[in-house]
Formats: sequence, structure tokens, C-alpha cells
Amino acid sequence: MKMPIPDAGVIDRRLAIAEALRGIVPADNVIVDEDARRAYETDALTAYRTMPLVVVLPETVEQVAAVLKYCHANGIKVVPRGAGTSLSGGALPLADGVLLAMAKFNRVLDVDYPNRCARVQPGVTNLAITKAVEGDGFYYAPDPSSQIACTIGGNVAENSGGVHCLKYGLTTNNVLGVELVTIDGEIVRLGGKHLDSEAYDLLGLIVGSEGLLGVVTEVTVRLLPKPETARALLIGFPSSEAGGDCVAKTIAAGIIPGGMEMMDKPAIIAAEDFVHADYPMDCEALLIVELDGPEAEVDHLIDRVGDIAKACGATSMRQSSSDEERALFWAGRKAAFPAVGRLSPDYLCMDGTIPRNRLPEVLTRMTEMSNRYGLRVANVFHAGDGNLHPLIMYDANNPGELERAENFGADILKLCVEVGGVLTGEHGVGVEKRDLMPEMFTEEDLKQQQRVKCVFDPDALLNPGKVFPQLHRCAELGRMHIHKGQIPFPDLPRF
Amino acid sequence: MTDTYRPDTEDHLVDLIAWANSERKPLAVHGAKTKHRLGRPMSGRTGLDLTAFAGVSLYEPEELVLAAGPATPLAEIEALLRENRQQLAFDPPDLSGLLGAPNSGTIGGVIACNLSGSRRIKDGAARDHFLGFDAVSGRAQKVKSGGRVMKNVTGYDLSKVLCGSYGTLAAMTAMTVKVLPAPEKTRTVLVFGLDPSQAVAALASGLNGPFEVSGAAWIPQSIADRSDTDHIRQAGGSVTALRIEGFGPSVEYRCAKLRDLLSPLGETEELHSHNSANFWKSIRDVEPFRSDDRVVWKISVAPTDAPTILSALSHLKAVEAYLDWAGGLIWLAVDAPRQGAHEPVRDAVNTVGGHATLIRAGDTLRNTISVFHPQPAPLAAITKRLKDSFDPNGVLNPGRMSEGV
Ligand SMILES: Cc1cc2nc3c(=O)[nH]c(=O)nc-3n(C[C@H](O)[C@H](O)[C@H](O)COP(=O)(O)OP(=O)(O)OC[C@H]3O[C@@H](n4cnc5c(N)ncnc54)[C@H](O)[C@@H]3O)c2cc1C
Repeated sequence: MKMPIPDAGVIDRRLAIAEALRGIVPADNVIVDEDARRAYETDALTAYRTMPLVVVLPETVEQVAAVLKYCHANGIKVVPRGAGTSLSGGALPLADGVLLAMAKFNRVLDVDYPNRCARVQPGVTNLAITKAVEGDGFYYAPDPSSQIACTIGGNVAENSGGVHCLKYGLTTNNVLGVELVTIDGEIVRLGGKHLDSEAYDLLGLIVGSEGLLGVVTEVTVRLLPKPETARALLIGFPSSEAGGDCVAKTIAAGIIPGGMEMMDKPAIIAAEDFVHADYPMDCEALLIVELDGPEAEVDHLIDRVGDIAKACGATSMRQSSSDEERALFWAGRKAAFPAVGRLSPDYLCMDGTIPRNRLPEVLTRMTEMSNRYGLRVANVFHAGDGNLHPLIMYDANNPGELERAENFGADILKLCVEVGGVLTGEHGVGVEKRDLMPEMFTEEDLKQQQRVKCVFDPDALLNPGKVFPQLHRCAELGRMHIHKGQIPFPDLPRF
Repeated sequence: MTDTYRPDTEDHLVDLIAWANSERKPLAVHGAKTKHRLGRPMSGRTGLDLTAFAGVSLYEPEELVLAAGPATPLAEIEALLRENRQQLAFDPPDLSGLLGAPNSGTIGGVIACNLSGSRRIKDGAARDHFLGFDAVSGRAQKVKSGGRVMKNVTGYDLSKVLCGSYGTLAAMTAMTVKVLPAPEKTRTVLVFGLDPSQAVAALASGLNGPFEVSGAAWIPQSIADRSDTDHIRQAGGSVTALRIEGFGPSVEYRCAKLRDLLSPLGETEELHSHNSANFWKSIRDVEPFRSDDRVVWKISVAPTDAPTILSALSHLKAVEAYLDWAGGLIWLAVDAPRQGAHEPVRDAVNTVGGHATLIRAGDTLRNTISVFHPQPAPLAAITKRLKDSFDPNGVLNPGRMSEGV
């Protein structure tokens, strides 16, 4: 993975830059000390590490604006960072870039139940939002498995999902507004407590922009009333085809479960060893289906899903009889990444999405690849929406194994695109999938995306080296080559 | 004389837009033309007719996805979905009655204008169901974004940008949308005689409970008096309405509980499927203002600000307003053919935050005042640069949204 060559001139100015930043934020909030900087050298894509130039922790939006203005004026790159749980290297620092850590933005500003929303600072963790409102019967719906740690600012940047997003949507469907600081230090507000955007939907563009368009300093999220009840089914199937069939038939019956997750055998074994959730061990695919809503509805639907599962050849089925038991069903799934982490010194977590009905074929070909690369893979799968998380196990201490794992991962993602899917469903492109972008997009597609980048950040100072395999200058992207004088084509219908 | 071109392949479309660039010829982009009276007028321009890009190319009900040419009639898509007991959950409005168009238009039109109906409060807006597109940009280049899968964060979400861009950035040739199961049963709980503040509070209490309310509206007595639905016409006062949809047993259960919750507020009543469908269609399609010629505004604010707006504007001539989206959407009609009452309307909105869009007015008025809510300078600058990034020479619907955009 090649990153832009660091600017030695900027690195030489490290101390002067730190000094200038100390003039903007409290002195303690600028970190230059090497040991202290090391805490920031990577995110959850731990295969990549870079020591940041300096770390700065602003406390107010005015400080963020002043830091950005300073960096803009001096041509210094900036990498925004939330909790550093990105799995795609989105928060990977740059040796010649200021790491702008949003950890001090950790307050819930305003909870507004009559309008069913909350205004929070971007460094608030995903789970903390729900914690702040659950006593009053509300919650924030998107629930990434990293929700204890990851921040809402990071969620906005990555458009994160969770196990409930088939029914309740991704981050983009649950955010009403943001306050954003652009690289030139301008503070703008997009959206708010009202529902629809005026003019172009800039809010929709910012969500999922991976820290490349601006720094989010406040988020207005939608709150939902907690469903009256939730119950889960734990269903074992003799094959992933049978499990996939059950998912398709459930949806075809008009049922959209709150959550629908599938695990393959290696993932089942890893999770069971780790959390002892009493998962059935005699199946090839395990499906967790959670139905939430009013009592009467859950009662009605859980039997229907049970019948569908039986008709699809389920070999075992358990229904949760308490919230504790339901939590236990989920515990294995939610801990699947660390569980696999115990089986292998290192693992890569992939994130392609496929049309659901291609699952059996994709799994078969993945097994072939696993054999070919000589690396084990375990699969967890957001079954409802076709988002696959193959976990590739490797040992970075064995020479060449990281590269092999990366190639295996790239082959999986290419396969996802080949069957009509995409490179990433929720983890973002970052540095990890950057060079695969041409698998999905033409050069012109990518150029148009970069033109959008130029709208916000013409000097490419915000999080450069991420998302785009090749950086073009904005001036070059803006040019248009149109031949003069062509007249409309006689064969074109015209009236 | 104005020409209209109707390219029938993506390559022709590229050629045509390239030609428009070289000649600096602004094009008026359209499908079925049912929404040409939304936004600022484009009359007198060379037409770019996209009706050749029509037809459903993929529909997989169990994958919840449908792909179609943007010129596919909405009615055709809705009929197809109905056969499979599915729907476009964002509830696209049919504004043909309000705008004097012959039919509900195309899927591309609904997406290009980001139009959503009453179910928006529960299931999201058009933009939330728009998964991907193929298009030709104003630079005469083929561009695509998104895809056919539900979950996708690969690259910037340009679908969001195109949705609601009124054809000012790119001419779409194909699109995919998310579809969802249609409800088995629908009921509506009515509460009579509430004023706007009481109504907004009642709607909030419904939405904040475990009832999964999928429509939350309030109409004043003057509108109720003209309703086709007996229970509503005979109310003799304002009507507050909450829609409950889903599986039979669940609907019965939630309806009963919701009625219990609301009955202390006033007399309650229940509409069953047929009457519910009629009532919510009238709310969604702005039927109350269909048969007059007042200027019509669509105002988007935080739901609890709606009563403030209504009282601030109650002095306007022949003003009438009703609420959808629990108060978050105000439809307002006013007799102000010359100025559209734009100053009081926008002042009122600016004091609380939100925006007001001029939906129905004559060409002259739509040319004179801002149809879309004016943006603060830094945002207007971003908007203009975004337009330029797709369409630097301003050949696609230039000025449709605002000067130069
Ligand atoms: C064990 C584990 C499980 C996970 N499970 C899920 C899951 O179920 N679903 C899912 O979607 N993801 C999951 N993730 C990925 C990750 O948690 C999410 O991408 C999360 O949103 C990142 O948030 P963060 O605060 O850690 O952001 P960071 O990792 O710090 O940053 C992520 C990106 O956001 C940008 N950024 C951060 N804050 C801001 C800001 N204020 N303004 C502008 N840009 C900003 C950064 O520049 C970077 O590009 C998981 C990760 C781990 C380690």
C-alpha cells in the first residue's frame, strides 16, 4: 500500500507547527512527545502504522475552525480521528499531517423528545447516545458491533451500519443534521431538526465521506422509541443455501426482522469457544432472527418465521424466552471478530456486499480461494442485506503472509463486484480498499467523485491518500475537452 | 421556436450534451413533464426529453430491489409492486392534481425532486430508498454511483446528491430503488377538535410510543368540512390523524392502545382500510388545495415549531394550512398572486430554522422570488461549486433551483 510521499519540509517544522497549534488550543492538547503520539499510530486496521506529525485535541468548534484555517494557510495535511476503530484505515495518520482527534467533543448537548432527536458532539460514542435516552424509552438505531468505543463522528464519516440496519437503516438514514467545518475554517450547518434538505442534499453527501470533505463538530441524530418487545430465534441449518433460502422466504413473506445474521461453521465454532452461547454445533450455518415491535406482532410473526425455517430444512431452533437469553444469542455474533482473533495472531475483516441470492456461489468460491491461499476464513454475514464479513486469518510474523491475506481479501471483494455487489457495505474504503476502486468505478466515475472533493477541499489537505487510488489536481479535473461545432446528429429523434 | 431532442441511447445523450456544451445551449431536462411547474420556469429552452429511458429492467421482490429507466411511469412501477404485495415505502406523492399535470409522472421525476409522502416520518424519504444510478453529467460524461445492494459505502454517496437536484447535475438513464413489503392492513385513529399545539403534542405522544405510527397529520375544520370521508367531514372541527399499518393482529393491538392513549384529549374515531387510504392520499397529494389557484408553500421545520409558524402566518389573506409529518411538514395556501407572501413566510421560517419551498405559483412569480429557501452565503457557494463540478457550462436545467444552479 503506497501512501503519498511525506513532505520532509513539513516534518522538519514539527515543533514550530506544534507551537502554532498551542496558540489555538490549550497547550496540553497538543501532543508532540513520541511515546504519546504512538497511541495514535494506527486504527483498527492494525497492519498499517504511521506516526502522526502532531496530535491536536481541540475542545470547541472555534478551535477546530482555527486549526483548519492554520493548516489550510500553511499547506499542512489534516487527518480527523474519532475513536480509531475504523477497519479500513480511514483514521491512519500521515507522517506529515496533523491528527485532529475529536475525543474532547464528548457531550450530549440536547435531547429533544417531542422532535425525537438529540444533538450530540461527534466524540460521543454510539452507545452513549442510547445510554443517554434509554431511561426514557428511546434509543439510537444504528448499532455497529464496535458501539462501546466508536464515535458518532466516525459513524457519520463511515456511514456505519449495524445488525439492525435492514429494518432501521444505516447512519445516513438516522442523521438529521450536522455542523461541519470546512478546510478553510468556515462553519456551516447542514440539515437540523427538520426532515428534508433544502437545495442539494449536502448532508447526504457528508455522511460516508470518510473525513475527506470536512470535520464534523456536531450531529443531530434521530431517536426512536424502544420497541415494546424483542425476541430472537436461533436456527441451525445443514447448509448456507438452506439458511439463505430461509432469509429470502422470510422477506418474501413481507417480514422485515429487526435483525437477521448468519454465521458459517468456522465462525460458529470460534464464537462458541469464546462466549459459550450454547450455539448448536451440528449445523453448517447458524441464523439469528430477531423480531421486534408490539407484543402481538412479535407473537404472530415468530411462529411464521419458525414455520418458514422448518420448511427450509432447519435442523435446530430455539426461541429466546427472556431478554438475557436473547442477549446471549447475540453475544456470540457480536463478539465474532475478537473470537476469531483468538484463533489466529492476526485477521483481516472484509466487508463486501452481494445480492443475497448469490451467497451460496460466493461462499463456495471463497472456500476454493481459502484452499488456494492456504489461509483460513470465517464468515459472519448481515444476512438481510447481503453484507458479508469474511474474516481472513493470518500471522504477520510469517514473511509474506500479510500480503497473501490481502490478496485473498482483494479476490473476495472482486468476486463481490463480479456478482453485482460492492467493495464495502459499511466499513469504508479508507486505504484498505482504495486501490480496488477501479474494480467498481470507471476512471470518469472516480474523477467526478474527486471533483466533488474539490468542491470542499481544492488543495486535497483533508485525509489525503484515502479512498482515491490516484489523486488528480483540481484544475486538471475541472478542465473540459469539448470539440466545437458538432451539430446534432441527423439520426437523433427531434420534434 | 424551441426544439426538443429525444436521445434514445446513452451514447446519443452524451453527444447531445457535448453539443449543448460546445454551443453553450442550456437544455430543459424532462421526463413526462408532470413536474415542469416545480422549481423556476425553464420555458423557451431547447428540450432534452429522456422518455426513451423507460422500463423496469430488474425486479427481485425477495431482494427488495427494483431497477428501471427513470422515465418509467410511477403508476407502472406501483402496479407491479402491488402484484407482489410490495410498495415504495417513501410513499411518493402524486402532485398532478395540484400542478395541473395529466398523471403522476415518472420514477425519475419523483427521485429528481426528492418527493416523499406521509410515511416519510417512519420509513424515510425518497433519498433513503434511492440506491444507485447511471447518468450523463453536464460535462457529457457517463457517471454512475451506488448499486443494486442495500448496503454500500463505496465512494461518495452521489445518489443523495442527485436525489432532489431537479435535473441540474446529470441526466439519469437508469436507477435502482429499494422496495419494501406493503402493509397487510391499515387503520387511522382520529382525534377531533384539537388546536395546532394540542395536535402536535398528540401526534408526538403517538410517535413516541411503541405504536409505529406511519402517518401523523392535522387538518383544520375548514379542510375537514370539504373532505370526501364522512367521519372527517362530519367532525365539525379540526381532525388529528395517526396511521397504523402492518400485520392484522398487530394493527388491531396498536390501534386499541393508541386510542386509549389519545381518548382523554377529545372524541376519537377510527378509519378502516378504504377510508384510511382515501384520507392519506388526500393529505399526501395536497388535495385540499387542488381546486383553487392560491399560491402553495411546502414548509419543512422541526415538528414542534409548526404551531408557531401557523400563528405567525394566520393574518395572511385567505390563508389555509395543514400539517403532515407530525408537524414537520406544513402545506400552506395563501391568496398572494403577486408576491406569494414570500417575505412573511420566509421570515417566520427563519426565526425557527428550516425551509420553505414555493410549490405552486405562476411562472412570473416563480421567476421573481426564490422558489427554494435562500441559503447562507457559504452554503450557497458550496452549492454553486457542486453544480459546476457536474455541469461547468450550465447546460442542464441552469437556474431551475436558483440563479446559476
Ligand atoms: C470490533 C469492531 C467491530 C466493528 N463493527 C462494525 C459494524 O458492525 N458496523 C460498522 O459499520 N462498522 C463496524 N466497525 C468499524 C468502525 O467501528 C466504524 O467504522 C466506526 O464508525 C468508526 O468510528 P471511530 O470513531 O472509531 O472513527 P475513526 O476510526 O477514528 O475514524 C473513521 C473515519 O472517520 C473520520 N472521522 C472521524 N471523526 C470525524 C469527524 N468528527 N469529522 C470528520 N471525519 C471524522 C476519520 O478521518 C476516518 O476516516 C467495527 C470495528 C471494530 C474494530
